[in-house]
Amino acid sequence: MAVNSVPFELHPPMDRGGITSYGVEEVRRDFPILQQQVHGHPLVYLDNAATSQKPRAVIDAIAHYYERGNANIHRGVHYLSEHATSEHEAARRTVQAFLNATDKREIIFVRSATEGINLVAQTYGRVHVNAGDEVLITAMEHHSNIVPWQILCDEKRAHLRVLPINERGELRLDELPKLLTAKTRIFAFTHVSNALGTINPVKQMIEMAHSRGVPVMIDGAQAAPHIRVDVQELDADFYAFSGHKAYGPTGIGVLYGKRDLLEAMPPYQGGGDMIRSVTFEKTLYNDLPHKFEAGTPDIAGAIGLGAALNYVERLGIGNIAAHEHDLLVYATEALLAIDGVRIIGTAAQKAAVISFVIEGIHPHDVGTILDREGIAVRTGHHCAQPVMQFFRVPATARASFALYNTRQEIDALAKGIEKVKEVFA
Amino acid sequence: MSELRELYQDVILEHSKAPRNYRELQGANHKAEGYNPLCGDHFTVYLDVEGDKIQDVSFQGSGCAISKASASMMTQSVKGKSREDAEKIFEQFHKLVTGAANGDRDALGKLAVFAGVSEFPVRVKCATLAWHTLQAALEGKQDSVTTE
Repeated sequence: MAVNSVPFELHPPMDRGGITSYGVEEVRRDFPILQQQVHGHPLVYLDNAATSQKPRAVIDAIAHYYERGNANIHRGVHYLSEHATSEHEAARRTVQAFLNATDKREIIFVRSATEGINLVAQTYGRVHVNAGDEVLITAMEHHSNIVPWQILCDEKRAHLRVLPINERGELRLDELPKLLTAKTRIFAFTHVSNALGTINPVKQMIEMAHSRGVPVMIDGAQAAPHIRVDVQELDADFYAFSGHKAYGPTGIGVLYGKRDLLEAMPPYQGGGDMIRSVTFEKTLYNDLPHKFEAGTPDIAGAIGLGAALNYVERLGIGNIAAHEHDLLVYATEALLAIDGVRIIGTAAQKAAVISFVIEGIHPHDVGTILDREGIAVRTGHHCAQPVMQFFRVPATARASFALYNTRQEIDALAKGIEKVKEVFA
Repeated sequence: MSELRELYQDVILEHSKAPRNYRELQGANHKAEGYNPLCGDHFTVYLDVEGDKIQDVSFQGSGCAISKASASMMTQSVKGKSREDAEKIFEQFHKLVTGAANGDRDALGKLAVFAGVSEFPVRVKCATLAWHTLQAALEGKQDSVTTE
């Protein structure tokens, strides 16, 4: 692998301790959906930053739950209810271990990373952010880490501040000290950019925020499935990720919060399960994590997510990160070897996400032609319109890799791009 | 590959690279913006309408090959037409690209090259964006239209 021919420096992942590689061909057999043809070609699924595919273990866990284990949790004394409750709580412990949280009560099941961020904005945010205060985000956020804060700032007449990025798609950390002001109430930022692939130096950013007494909300949707996340080591206050990008089902996500912060926060939604006792005069709220889990939760989703994270841990997140980094380097090289291809997002620390444009050809056309070759990439603004505006492109095509992708698939992508150019020649 | 060739016909590629009537229209009395949130395509259509007749029409903006070529060829096909005729052409064009019916290809003339779009349902919005924008401009709507 001739890393030197990549015109920008791609650093290896920070955590590479104890790497043992896994057999990717064997792993691919765990994913039934990958065994199909699309438009007469083997499916090359490179849209993992949008959603990942699910291993048999996850599909089976969900099917098994509905076939043998379905009941409402925390309700009945009957066998199935107790069983479902214990499976649901086992999934919570799996997530706790996955993030290395101190306490399983710090793991709140939500619908998605988006809901986790909205929860923090609407509870912690509404208590702590007042008129004239500031909320700090960054210029590389997904819309889901912009709009919840805009809604909050509009309501509270507070100000949204934005940490800028540079031409490589890295955060301008030199600007951070002056943006963390006495009025900053929370700093919300992404761990890994979905549109650029940049891995942010979150530990350093958290230290800087904490030194000013500012708590942090981290959007981990693109990080948790791909690199080791240790919320204690990071000293993260809030950390959210989505199940479906981590090989789990859609409809389930996780919000981690430090226990003292969660304890002090008002509930997000009212309903069953989040209460201890209800009278018309007064309601006592339930303990963590149930205080934030109103209504019957996505029980099957949580169980499916637990199975997904167990699957990831069996392969080893360090091994996955190493495999995906190899794909990133290989793909970067392959794409840059093609005339007219420009990569948007050239940070030194990158996850396996490559946004690119081809000179004179709109990304939407690129996506259609690749699709006919069986290659699934995302085209568009990736729910990050400010990033597109910064790089002065209306959209990009994005290839994003997962634990089951191969170098051969990258060869197919490169060939597909040549075909795109042929059509437009 | 043949479906792709049906979609990306030479005429379409040529119009996307060198769009006709691609300018701001001085003295336009109707104007509308069209936006496709899915892919970020964004066009402005300018019209000079005298009585019932579209005297002149132009457009500007950015988009994929299909949307740009469609806008370009639309301006050629509706220039000098009455509002009613323009509406009729759009109706036939819509049928063509959605594969709803064969449509009246004679009425469509050169626009018949867009027949390949019907094999690509997600691209119908690209092909019709300029037309929706034209409609909004004719109706004198000030707000931008979207394909959503």
